[in-house]
Amino acid sequence: MADSADSRGGPLVLGIETSCDETGVGIVRGHTLLADAVASSVDEHARFGGVVPEVASRAHLEAMIPTIRRALRDAGVAASDLDGIAVTAGPGLAGALLVGVSAAKAYAYALGKPLYGVNHLASHICVDQLEHGPLPEPTMALLVSGGHSSLLLAPDITSDVRPLGSSIDDAAGEAFDKVARVLNLGFPGGPVIDRWAREGDPEAIRFPRGLTGPRDPLYDFSFSGLKTAVARWIEAKRSAGEEVPVADVSASFQEAVVDVLTRKAVRACKDNGVDHLMIGGGVAANSRLRAMAERRCEDAGIRLRVPRPKLCTDNGAMVAALGAEMVARNRPASAWDLSADSSLPVTEPHVPGAHDHGHAPDHDHFHELSKDNLYS
Amino acid sequence: MLALDTATPAVTVALHDGSRVLAAAAEVDARRHGELLLPAVDRVLAEAGLKLDAVSDIVVGVGPGPYTGLRVGLVTAATFGAALDVPVHGLCSLDGIAFASGLTEPFVVATDARRKEVYWARYADARTRLTEPAVDRPAEIADEVAGIPAVGAGALLYDTVFTGVRRDGPEHQSAAALAGLAAEKLAAGEELLPPRPLYLRRPDAQVPANYKVVTPR
Ligand SMILES: [Zn+2]
Repeated sequence: MADSADSRGGPLVLGIETSCDETGVGIVRGHTLLADAVASSVDEHARFGGVVPEVASRAHLEAMIPTIRRALRDAGVAASDLDGIAVTAGPGLAGALLVGVSAAKAYAYALGKPLYGVNHLASHICVDQLEHGPLPEPTMALLVSGGHSSLLLAPDITSDVRPLGSSIDDAAGEAFDKVARVLNLGFPGGPVIDRWAREGDPEAIRFPRGLTGPRDPLYDFSFSGLKTAVARWIEAKRSAGEEVPVADVSASFQEAVVDVLTRKAVRACKDNGVDHLMIGGGVAANSRLRAMAERRCEDAGIRLRVPRPKLCTDNGAMVAALGAEMVARNRPASAWDLSADSSLPVTEPHVPGAHDHGHAPDHDHFHELSKDNLYS
Repeated sequence: MLALDTATPAVTVALHDGSRVLAAAAEVDARRHGELLLPAVDRVLAEAGLKLDAVSDIVVGVGPGPYTGLRVGLVTAATFGAALDVPVHGLCSLDGIAFASGLTEPFVVATDARRKEVYWARYADARTRLTEPAVDRPAEIADEVAGIPAVGAGALLYDTVFTGVRRDGPEHQSAAALAGLAAEKLAAGEELLPPRPLYLRRPDAQVPANYKVVTPR
């Protein structure tokens, strides 16, 4: 199979992503994107100011078959030609993941194709192969979204991904959502704050840069204190009867987030002798993050790789991209008892058949996930 | 015909040729539907010496049942149907339990809906449902079900309310019964349900404080 796949430009893989509120089905051939079908339930969550797990799970079930059909049509390929089916096995919302995993298993079984349960975070990195070609090895990756803020070093995206640091409280995207809520800008917060910030002065207010002190962990992030500082500043203005300068607050808040993210990412590259930085996840669509990362990477002699915004947000193409890499590198397929793992460690890029489920559950995360109405 | 149901704690699969059950499997584990269903399908097909592409119809229990598990069966059935290009028929999961009871007198089926509630419906006999499936607290329906024969895990669990509970009756779903009922209905030219979930409750509109895990540190 590998030979014929190579002669056609790489393995043809369909990927399914349902870890949060996007039902994504992508199809790739090697490093080439053929289809990227996404059905989002974001509008259904907007009035709640965040993603409601049960609403997301219901939407995944509704959207699954139509989205698979659309991806096949867009790619112009027959299901029988696929070399494998990949799916996000975790991390993510347990009930939402389970819809995608169940669909992928049924699809792979019915078509007689190998199944690859893969890691959502590794997929966010691997998607850049569709934009900029093969990943350098190792790759340094900064992943920033509503669910994650992580610095990862990946010597081999299919087998070796090492966490250097992550957010100890809120994810970067979450901070955007919460500040947008305080400013009454709606949900999700990222794009709207980015727009307002363009009209504002990033130096207008000096908000705190979390975990940047001399004794703080080098690569971890914290955005909870920043979010609180912004909320306090706004409340002080309001109680003084003054108008809140939305553009300046947006720009100054965004500047604080982006400053810390890029500073730590460049530092991680230098410390580890890596000359490439990949930025992915939904917040990678932020225009200020892109601009500041470009400048700082250029100053440091680092080559920056940021996929286009549609590939940065959650999608099925990224899952297919990692699945194709699994096929190309002859990684073992997953077994039919593959399960969704809401706290799948980033150190496990995929869940092979012989997986012994040996890692201990992370109880902090489990606590949050218990609110996921699992088996409500 | 391949029948499957994940609306009760049973992960249950059966192959049926229109007149009899060829093979069936059931495992009771309310928290591992996702893990257990595909291996069960694989086992049932192997036992019958068939491949999935021999299947001409898919039958799936559409609930009511706890949502996370219920969706496993529904999305699996829908995906099989799409991949094989065969029809997917839905049946109320309570009807399968009613059919399995074989009762010829009026009775009630109740399953565990968690949160101290039951999914339930009334039947004239094993083939005839009288009421729409509902979700209620047992105490609220005590007057309606007291003394009436009752089957299902919900009746067993709340036997002070379901005082006519039949302890020898079916507790969870059996795909073999579901397939038998579907075969009868299809042979009689009846339309079955679309393969869409009977949730009966609106989603909890609560946003978790941290709605997606961050990378384990
Ligand atoms: Zn993501």
